[in-house]
Amino acid sequence: MDWSAIVLSLRLAAATTLILLAVGLPLAGWLALSHRPGRWAVDALVALPLVLPPTVLGFYVLVALGPRSPIGHAYEALTGGTLVFSFQGLLVASVLYSLPFAVQPFAAAFAAVDRTLIETAWCLGASRVRTFIRIVVPLARPGIVAGAVLSFAHTVGEFGVVLMVGGNLPGTTRTVSISIYDDVQAFNYARAGRTAALLLAFSFVVLAITYRVQRRAGRAWPGVS
Amino acid sequence: MAGRLVAAFLRRHSPTISVRADLELDSGDHRVMVLFGPSGSGKTTILRCLAGLDRPQEGFIRLNDDVWFDAAAGIDRPPQQRRLAYVSQDYGLFPHLTVAQNLQFGMDSSKRQAPGRVEALLRMVHLDGMASRLPFQLSGGERQRVALARALARDPQLILLDEPLTALDLPLRDPMRQELRQFLRSIDVPSIVVTHDRVDALTLGDRMAVLSGGYIRQVGLIHDVFSRPVDLAVAASVGVETVVAGDVVSRDGSLVTVRIDRAHVHVVEPAAVGQSVFVCIRAEDVILETSSRGDVSARNQLTGVVTAIQPDGGVVRVTVDCGFLLSALITRPACDELHLTAGSTITAVVKATAVHLIPRQMP
Repeated sequence: MDWSAIVLSLRLAAATTLILLAVGLPLAGWLALSHRPGRWAVDALVALPLVLPPTVLGFYVLVALGPRSPIGHAYEALTGGTLVFSFQGLLVASVLYSLPFAVQPFAAAFAAVDRTLIETAWCLGASRVRTFIRIVVPLARPGIVAGAVLSFAHTVGEFGVVLMVGGNLPGTTRTVSISIYDDVQAFNYARAGRTAALLLAFSFVVLAITYRVQRRAGRAWPGVS
Repeated sequence: MAGRLVAAFLRRHSPTISVRADLELDSGDHRVMVLFGPSGSGKTTILRCLAGLDRPQEGFIRLNDDVWFDAAAGIDRPPQQRRLAYVSQDYGLFPHLTVAQNLQFGMDSSKRQAPGRVEALLRMVHLDGMASRLPFQLSGGERQRVALARALARDPQLILLDEPLTALDLPLRDPMRQELRQFLRSIDVPSIVVTHDRVDALTLGDRMAVLSGGYIRQVGLIHDVFSRPVDLAVAASVGVETVVAGDVVSRDGSLVTVRIDRAHVHVVEPAAVGQSVFVCIRAEDVILETSSRGDVSARNQLTGVVTAIQPDGGVVRVTVDCGFLLSALITRPACDELHLTAGSTITAVVKATAVHLIPRQMP
C-alpha cells in the first residue's frame, strides 16, 4: 500500500477542513443570517465547484497561482518557492473545491436556528458577533459537524483538481486517488485494490460516525426543533 | 428611576396594510399597559418596533431623553443599544445554556463576575437552587420565571412581554397570571404586555390600549375601556355581549331614556334627545329575577322570554328577548334556582349606570 500517499491525503484533508471551518463559518453565517442585496451572487459563487468539472476549476487555479500570476509572483517573492505543484498550492485548490461541501451545510444549520433566540440575544445586549459565537454556532453544531466531515471526506477523494494543480510528486502532491490511478495504469491491480478498499472502509466509517453523532446531538436539547 | 416612553410611529407592511402606534407610558402607578386586540391587529409589530427588531417608516420612539428611533433624523438604535427587556411568547431561553448561564448572558461583562447576582435574581422569582438546570428540565411556569429574571439582569428601562401566558397549560395559567402581576408591580419599570385574552388584560394591566385594524382605537384605565368602549370595534374586541342600536327619546337630568325597538332603557350618560346610539350592556351586569319588583329609579327592569341557555364552564349564558336580545351571565346555582328553560318568562335587571352608549351615525 502507498502509505506516503495515504498520509498525504489525510494531512491535506485535515488542513483543508480546518481552513474551511475558519473561513466557512463566518461566510455561511453571513449567507444565512443577513439580508444584504447581492447575497444570491455569493450563493452562486460558493456553489460553483459543485457543477464545474474539476479540470476547469483546476485549470483556473493553476493559472491564478502560477509564477506569472500576481499571487504566484508574490508567493515566490515571499517564500522562494512556487505554489503550483506544491502542497500549499494543493491546499488552496482543495479549499476552493470543497467550499460548498462545508458552507452549504453550515448555512442550512444556521438558518434553522430559531430566529427568536437570535433576537432575544440582541435584546439582551449581545452584539451580532457574540450572538453568533455563543448562540448560533452551538445550536448549529450538528450541521457544522456534518459540513466538516463532508469536506474532509471530499478532499480525501479528490482527483482532477489535484492532477491539474499538484501533478504527481510522491510525498508532496501524490494523493490516494492519484496513487490508485497510477497503480491501475501500471497494471498493479492488487495494490490499487488494497488502497481502494481502505478508502472505501474509511469513508463508510467516517459517515457512520457522523450520522451516529448527529442522532445523539438531536436529542441533547429536547424542545429544540 | 422614573421612566417615560413616548412613541408615535407608522410601519407599513404593504401599500394597504400598516400599523400605527401612538403611546405614552410612565413609570409610577399606571406603569403596566396592556396592548389588547385580536390576532393580526398589529400588537406584535408594535412591540417589535419598540424593541428595535422592526423598523417603522415614520415617527419616533423616545425613552426619557434617549432617542431610540427618529425617522426624520435618520436615527435607528439597534436593540443592543435600547435598554429594554423583550420576552417572546415562548420565552426564548437558550436551550444549550444552564439557567445561570442564561441569566449571565444578559448581564454586562462587569456584572457577570459579581458573586451572588445570579442567586439574587433566582431568589426573586422563587427558583433558588435551579441555577445548573437546563431549560428542558424546567416546567412551563419555571421557564417563564427564568425568562423574567433574565429580562431583569440588564436593568431594563422598559419591559415588553409578548403573550406571556399563552405558552402555559391551562391549570398553570391562573397562578402564573397572579404571579406575573405581582412581579410587574414589584419593579418600577414601565411595561407593555401584549395579549388577546380578556382575563389576562384585566389581571395584568393598569391601563390598556385597544388595537383594531392596525391602529390604537382607545387608551385608558382597564375598567374604563372595558365598560366604556369608544366605538363598535373596541366594544367587539373587549367582548361586550349586547350591542344594539337605539335612539334617545327623552332626558331627565342625567338620566336619559333610549328606545330600542319596543323596549326602553334608562342610561346615566350624556346624550341629546334625538341622538342615534349603540347601547352596550355587559352580560355580567345583568341580573335575572322571576318577578319584577317595585319600580326602582336608575334600574332597568326588562321583562322578556328566555330564548337560549348555554352552559359555559361554571357559569351559564342566558339570552333573553325583551324587545331586543339581551345576554346575561349567571352562576349555575342561580340558573337552577330560577328554573330557567327556553320559553320561560323572566325579568332582567340592569343598573342605569352599567349601560354605555356609543354615538351612531344615522344611516
